[in-house]
Amino acid sequence: MAPRTEDAFLAHVQQGGQVETTDWMPDDYRAKLVKFIEMHGNSELMGVLPEREWILRAPTLQRKLALTAKVQDEVGHSQLIYRVVEDLGKPRDQCLDDLVAGKTKFHNVFHYPTKTWGDVGVIAWLVDAAAIISQKALLKCSYAPYARIMKKICWEESFHILHGRDVVLAMVTGTAEQRELVQEAVNRWWGPLMQFHGNPIAADDDPMYLWRIKSQGNEEARQQFLDGYVPQIWELGLTVPDPELRKDADTGGWHYTEPDWSELKQVVTGHGPRTQDRLDLRRTSREETAWVREVVLAEAA
Amino acid sequence: MSAPARSRTEADLVLAPADDELILGWRDSEWTGIAPFLEEDVAFSSIAQGEIGHARALYELAAAELGTTADELALDRAPDEYRCAPLVELRLPDWERTIARHWLYERADAIRIEALKDSPWNALAGLAAKIDREEVYHRMHADMWADRLRATEEGSRRFEAAVDELWPFALGLLDEPLRGRLCETVGRPAAAPVERGSHTEELRPLWEEMTMVRRSAPGATW
Amino acid sequence: MAVWEVFRQEREGAPFQHGGALEAPNEEFARAYAIELYGRRNESAALWVVPREAIREIDRPYVAEVFDRDYRRVDGYSLKVKLKEARERAGTVSD
Repeated sequence: MAPRTEDAFLAHVQQGGQVETTDWMPDDYRAKLVKFIEMHGNSELMGVLPEREWILRAPTLQRKLALTAKVQDEVGHSQLIYRVVEDLGKPRDQCLDDLVAGKTKFHNVFHYPTKTWGDVGVIAWLVDAAAIISQKALLKCSYAPYARIMKKICWEESFHILHGRDVVLAMVTGTAEQRELVQEAVNRWWGPLMQFHGNPIAADDDPMYLWRIKSQGNEEARQQFLDGYVPQIWELGLTVPDPELRKDADTGGWHYTEPDWSELKQVVTGHGPRTQDRLDLRRTSREETAWVREVVLAEAA
Repeated sequence: MSAPARSRTEADLVLAPADDELILGWRDSEWTGIAPFLEEDVAFSSIAQGEIGHARALYELAAAELGTTADELALDRAPDEYRCAPLVELRLPDWERTIARHWLYERADAIRIEALKDSPWNALAGLAAKIDREEVYHRMHADMWADRLRATEEGSRRFEAAVDELWPFALGLLDEPLRGRLCETVGRPAAAPVERGSHTEELRPLWEEMTMVRRSAPGATW
Repeated sequence: MAVWEVFRQEREGAPFQHGGALEAPNEEFARAYAIELYGRRNESAALWVVPREAIREIDRPYVAEVFDRDYRRVDGYSLKVKLKEARERAGTVSD
């Protein structure tokens, strides 16, 4: 029987129970769900902007095609994600309006500039890797429609990391200048990467975890990222700009310099280096294409 | 028995459609992330990828004859060595002219591809047939949008004005003997074409952006 | 814009399964977008696209869940004991 009280619902999700769109759900669950999923949709959409310029500048035809396909996937992901939000009661148009008005958030990494082709490789390899760790944990989300789209998203993202790694490998085996582009990009992106999974909150204090919307704590995700990717970075002879970074021989956990949580807060509340001009671009293109949406929706003449 | 070596002129003939597809694909990919709505963003990105993919196939054909590589042909020539028609160089940051160009280009390109399918150069004829099969989707997409825009008063007004503006450029895409067929399929009388052969001012800044990473390390592998 | 549901076939002969939803103004656009979103990697052998309003949800997919109906299921039949007896009678028990 589908639960109809908050206690029964909590027990249901904590035992691995699933929730569908038309099931009864506590107001708090619904509100947190919408906010979380909406932020994910916003992030996929905003993530397109740092990368799309490099499609135009890709140094080979294959890279141009691969990067276009990757960015296309991200747009497709935002489409899937906003559909889930819409079915929970918030229309896509309202999500987009709130995004450009600065009322809703998107992930920190998409507020930063991209400066070189090195960034293209590092974003696809490391930033996407950090995102995939979170996304794989969401495959177990208690809200079934979201868990289902995560399956398609994770499948498509697997190509992105390979593309990123391929780009990076070509550069680190290339000229000294190409290698330097990668190292310089790693140096710039390390801070935002370490902040990406959020500051550590104990599972019992995290409502997202209690509701089983998230099935993984922030610190667990970060550790997983470090464990998977620091060895990959080091094996290429690249360095990570953190003198404290090391794996504890006894616990297997990674030690690192405490990330700048105030920087994270500043950035996600709309004060990142590129936040405003990216939102401006979104807003302007939305306004300029409003007539298209009206025409497409209109009854035939 | 190997095929007779192609003349330089024949390989050059492949470069015109190849350059058209590359530059149009470049322009079309400017819409990635900012198209009118999300589903269309994904669809239009596939169109751009199709164009660049076709460009690549054409470059590979020419490259084999000219003793070079597709990437070198696509990205290592100087701006005035490109053979693209002015139509594809135009920067069109508005949807009505983007769709008008898309629609006109697909109609003109269909005529060009038909002719290429009859080429005595077997490899080119075969490649044209393959490209034709993928172009079915592009034509369907362009017609879908043309129909939808024309179905409303505002959409129709914008679309027809854009087609009128781009019409001379569309004629310039094709060799003279093929232009009559374009007039028929588009339903417009002939006009003075903007001929292929010289470039608009828009090509140079496009080329600079397109080649900036590649030029930063000439000969490097990316 | 209307919502359309997409059903896809993973490979020839496989069942059609729900893939996701998209928004499109009419059938022509819905078809094009279904191909884009669920077929650009040639990952679907076939696709159906259906307006959401054509779909009816069934909340209680049970005919009779209260009284036991095990005669309808494989686990409702236990032949072991009777089979042993029949084999003993026929002298065809094998070790």
